[in-house]
Amino acid sequence: MARTLFDKLWAQHEVLALGGSVSLIAIDRIFLHERTGSVALKSLRQAGRPVVDPGRVFCTMDHIVDTLPGRGDETRMPGGRAFIVETREAAAEAGIRVFDVRDPQQGIVHVISPELGIVLPGATVVCPDSHTCTQGAMGALAWGIGSTEAEHALATGTLRVEKPKTLRVRFEGRLAPGVTAKDLTLALISRHGSVGGNGYAVEYAGSAVRDLEIEARLTLCNMATEFSAFTGMIAPDEKTFDYLRGRPYAPRGEAFERAVAQWRELASDPDATFDREILIEVDELAPMVTWGTSPQHAVPVTGVVPAVQDSGTASEAYERALKYMGLEPGARLGELKIDAAFIGSCTNSRISDLRRAAAILRGRRVAPGVRAICVPGSMTVKRQAEAEGLDQVFRDAGFEWRESGCSMCFFAGGESFGARERVVSSTNRNFESRQGPETRTHLASPETVAASAIAGRIADARALSRAA
Amino acid sequence: MEKFDTLTAVAAPLLRDNIDTDAIIPSREMKSVSKTGLAAGLFAGWRYTAIGGREPNPDFVLNQPAYAGTRIILGGSNFGCGSSREHAVWALHEYGIRAVIAPSFAPIFFGNCIRNGIVPARLPSDAVAALAAWVEQDPAVHRITVDLEAQRVTTAAGASHRFELDEEPKAMLLEGLDAIDLTLKQRAAIEAFRARDRAARPWIYLDDPRTVST
Repeated sequence: MARTLFDKLWAQHEVLALGGSVSLIAIDRIFLHERTGSVALKSLRQAGRPVVDPGRVFCTMDHIVDTLPGRGDETRMPGGRAFIVETREAAAEAGIRVFDVRDPQQGIVHVISPELGIVLPGATVVCPDSHTCTQGAMGALAWGIGSTEAEHALATGTLRVEKPKTLRVRFEGRLAPGVTAKDLTLALISRHGSVGGNGYAVEYAGSAVRDLEIEARLTLCNMATEFSAFTGMIAPDEKTFDYLRGRPYAPRGEAFERAVAQWRELASDPDATFDREILIEVDELAPMVTWGTSPQHAVPVTGVVPAVQDSGTASEAYERALKYMGLEPGARLGELKIDAAFIGSCTNSRISDLRRAAAILRGRRVAPGVRAICVPGSMTVKRQAEAEGLDQVFRDAGFEWRESGCSMCFFAGGESFGARERVVSSTNRNFESRQGPETRTHLASPETVAASAIAGRIADARALSRAA
Repeated sequence: MEKFDTLTAVAAPLLRDNIDTDAIIPSREMKSVSKTGLAAGLFAGWRYTAIGGREPNPDFVLNQPAYAGTRIILGGSNFGCGSSREHAVWALHEYGIRAVIAPSFAPIFFGNCIRNGIVPARLPSDAVAALAAWVEQDPAVHRITVDLEAQRVTTAAGASHRFELDEEPKAMLLEGLDAIDLTLKQRAAIEAFRARDRAARPWIYLDDPRTVST
């Protein structure tokens, strides 16, 4: 019988059927970070349960760690130090590889895992972090879990998982210049809603997805959680194999070629049927930016705040979102003055993101009064950017150039943007107070963030490119 | 984990769609590496008059006297979206919440409820809205019943709605089972699987990642 990519990944990892639609699924890679992994390790230790196989477990310090120069265990977040220290101690005791604060490979979990070849096609990957779906871009079955589930994975090497339905999202056509994977995911969520993927494992497919480079595919899969999906994934192809060849944790030499031979089978059969299909024609898509407090509140950067009947949002939620964001219906996004610009996060902080943003910033200056920050997704990305001179481009333009981490994607009591400050951000969540109490977040691509930083208002990077 | 049987309790409507886990427990309220001490931070951004403060906001539903002893939340769609933080569920549980009734749940939040003895009951949005309207008439008296065995949400006014729940999570909740204990009984099957898999996909099995040069 014809099978989808998801069906193949599920079958390959199914240890036992447990009743109903729940199966015991073998877990190949477990990632932990200091924010939610710490409590899992601590609780496991308190219960006297060992980590069954530390060889498949990795840990990074990304969520609370400072991104300011000269950082150590102290953080701006009250109590943050304990999360770092306790994670380090518990991980050492369990024999787990930690990408610690000063490790040259430290970075955001979903940036360093592909970068180091930890996630591989066909692997099951879990992490107590909702954006674990990012890693599905490598042809893996990767999904976010809670800390108790992380304990279960650590103690048993498995999880009890309710099988989701399958949804294929086909992006067909060619993206116009200046339109990116971030715009694809925002377009999808704006059309089908922030709960549109609920109950589904999503496979992203179609010519526009095949055309995306690996880092862009990671961006696309990153926001499957903002679509309420179980996860997102993309069938691996030559780009995936080329990307992984020679990475530290990927197989080497002949073993790599044997693996690739298997990985080539990881695609949905041509006649496989999905429980649901969505088609999006991409040729006419524009760069997207959000106006409200849900990722589904996205419109073209050239557009306006929609009227309630066009917003896909109930009237009460619509009014609340507009009030929070300080906007009126019909307001032109391109006229909104901004206070800050942020480039970073597991969505858009990889070297290709930084290169594209730097191409816009080169020879230009951030508008007066705008605070602009760039946080590379990993120390590897940071070093590469510095080798290419990108750090100087960001600094010369007036951006802060940081150490890697999740940083100001979310507010944890430490650094934040101010109340009612308007931030255009390459991150993934524009929820109320996500980036700081009452901070107003507009999600967009790194290009749009860079162009907006220069203009001092939300701006279409394509206009700047044409002007250059 | 405690067993869940049948619960009849005060229910608080929070019908907004996309209530995220940052709203349920703001990150700034997660102050230590712990599953406890979180109830005071529950809905902190809405519940108190100032960030970091503890002065109750009288407008927030859980602060209203009629909703004292709330153990059920009536929520909007995509309840518990956003961050995977289980602290949201731990905070709800510590506060006393044992069931959330909503049209849909974010998947990680849903799983976290099952692992902590909270029933996530999916009902159509019009049913949730009708329950909320009835509750609001007299919150302290108009209590809602969640019968897990029957998979029904009922009221004294005669409402009766069935909700779907897979048999495995239902059993976990009804019997208050520890998932790890249960799974460890399958150790032989897991080890047999791993032996087969290791032969088929040797590259997945790293002996000690700490020794790999990066």
